[in-house]
Amino acid sequence: MTHLPLSQTIDQVFVLSKAAIMGHIPAPFQPIASAILSVAPVLVVFPLLFAITTVLERKGLGRMQNRYGPNRVGPFGFSQPIADGIKSLTKEDVIPRTADQVVHFLAPLLLVLAAFLAYAVLPIGRNMVIANLSAGVLFFFAIGSMVELAVFMAGWSSRSKYSLLGAMRAVAQMISYEIPLVLSTIVVIMATGTLSTVAIVDAQARYIGILPHWYVFTPWGFCGFILFMIAATAESNRSPFDLPEGESEIIAGYYIEYSGFKFALFFLGEYLGMFATSGLAITLFLGGWSAPLSSLTWIPSYLWFLLKLLAFIAAFIWVRGTFPRLRMDQLMAFAWKFMLPMTLLNIFDAAVWHLMPHNILRWLVCIALLAIPCLLLNLNLKQRKQLQIRTYRFAD
Amino acid sequence: MHAIFFILAALTITGASAAMCLRNLIHCVLALTLGFVGLALLYLFLGAQFVSFTQILVYVGAVAILAVFAIMMTRSAGPHPQPALSSFWITGCITALATFAVLAWAIIHSNIITPTPAQPAVSTNQIGDALMHSFALPLEIMGLLLTAALIGAVIIAMPQNRSSK
Repeated sequence: MTHLPLSQTIDQVFVLSKAAIMGHIPAPFQPIASAILSVAPVLVVFPLLFAITTVLERKGLGRMQNRYGPNRVGPFGFSQPIADGIKSLTKEDVIPRTADQVVHFLAPLLLVLAAFLAYAVLPIGRNMVIANLSAGVLFFFAIGSMVELAVFMAGWSSRSKYSLLGAMRAVAQMISYEIPLVLSTIVVIMATGTLSTVAIVDAQARYIGILPHWYVFTPWGFCGFILFMIAATAESNRSPFDLPEGESEIIAGYYIEYSGFKFALFFLGEYLGMFATSGLAITLFLGGWSAPLSSLTWIPSYLWFLLKLLAFIAAFIWVRGTFPRLRMDQLMAFAWKFMLPMTLLNIFDAAVWHLMPHNILRWLVCIALLAIPCLLLNLNLKQRKQLQIRTYRFAD
Repeated sequence: MHAIFFILAALTITGASAAMCLRNLIHCVLALTLGFVGLALLYLFLGAQFVSFTQILVYVGAVAILAVFAIMMTRSAGPHPQPALSSFWITGCITALATFAVLAWAIIHSNIITPTPAQPAVSTNQIGDALMHSFALPLEIMGLLLTAALIGAVIIAMPQNRSSK
């Protein structure tokens, strides 16, 4: 342990301290102690990140909309999450009289459970993963599909037309976008030949000169990354795909009948899901915990993961402040007529990339294979729609 | 080890029997989902990671949602008053007992060979290799079949007046 250079010791500080604690625990309790020591940090760090994100999001959106955002609690309003937490804990828990009591109670729990389970396979740093499963990516998507059921349970058990509408929209949207989400990751699995998230990161943590060997720097990787992020935005019900909970039309969608701490649990589940899918995107396309330049490897790996995650959160907030909400038919048409063909084409492109000789021609062919169909698809969709200047009946 | 098996088996059987007994159809589907999850955990317990995750992905993520949608599309959301026993419960009981008797007889009278179970270490890689090499043709045929079914579904769902355009 003492032979490690300082940078590596800092990098492995959590792994080493866990090993040190494990040395003091009697053997029969070691499996359970190991599990608790691995899981507890995730249960602390990511909800804390959620708390910070809520205030960052409100401040960021406020800045984009020329207002202050929260600025009363604590310095610059940064203690707002504590006030929000106390408020949601002390609020009355209202359950509608006609609601299905058991299902209404179970839905937020299932949502948060599924969101937390997804973190089991995310490598947060070097040697820092809860479970290195040989089918890790598949596990992630299997757990992600449980969210749909939770959303449906919440919407249906509330016995309110708004919540049912929101749940139906959410389920339809999540099922439609799950297909491009899963298909866009296949290119990475083709490149590495494994479903294990740890092995995928290890395959990318190499350098060509000073540049990293990340999959986002290949034509198929870049296209897959963009498609994955669009689908991930839709999966996490965020703007511009936030019509399941559109505040201006169906108030809050499937969790309209929830109050107090259960409402907070829905928010927690949604943000945790967003972080988890961002984490998977980082793992698959952006090299996980590896540094972006070979000269920066002295910075601990978990810090790189956190920095990348924060960049993703900033991008999500930026997108939310920028794009207007889509309509239901636009959403579905986009999923089935643009996303699906592009993901299938991307898989073909990845195959071409692997079979061609390693030279500049490979780059040109693979970029052309993606760019030209993308343009043609766009033109075709635009012509079908016959876009024209919109006339407003009442606003003019 | 046995304790885990019995917990998982109890979970699966509870889910499956609740799916039969509950009065509200949506509750039945949710209970059935519990049974699916129990089965997936049993697969995991047996070391079949790939099958287990696929079970959750397909049955919890798709089949349960499909069933729920089918129920919601075909009948109103409220509970329907129905008698606890259907009118032909005697016939049902006799059929079930007869089936059980035949199966039990077959199992008892078969010569059971208890092989020493060699731990089959099937990894996800091996499943992928098998699907892509030795079972490539069946996989392609399945894909073709599913595509045909998908096109059929789209044609059924398409509005009728499209052809007049």
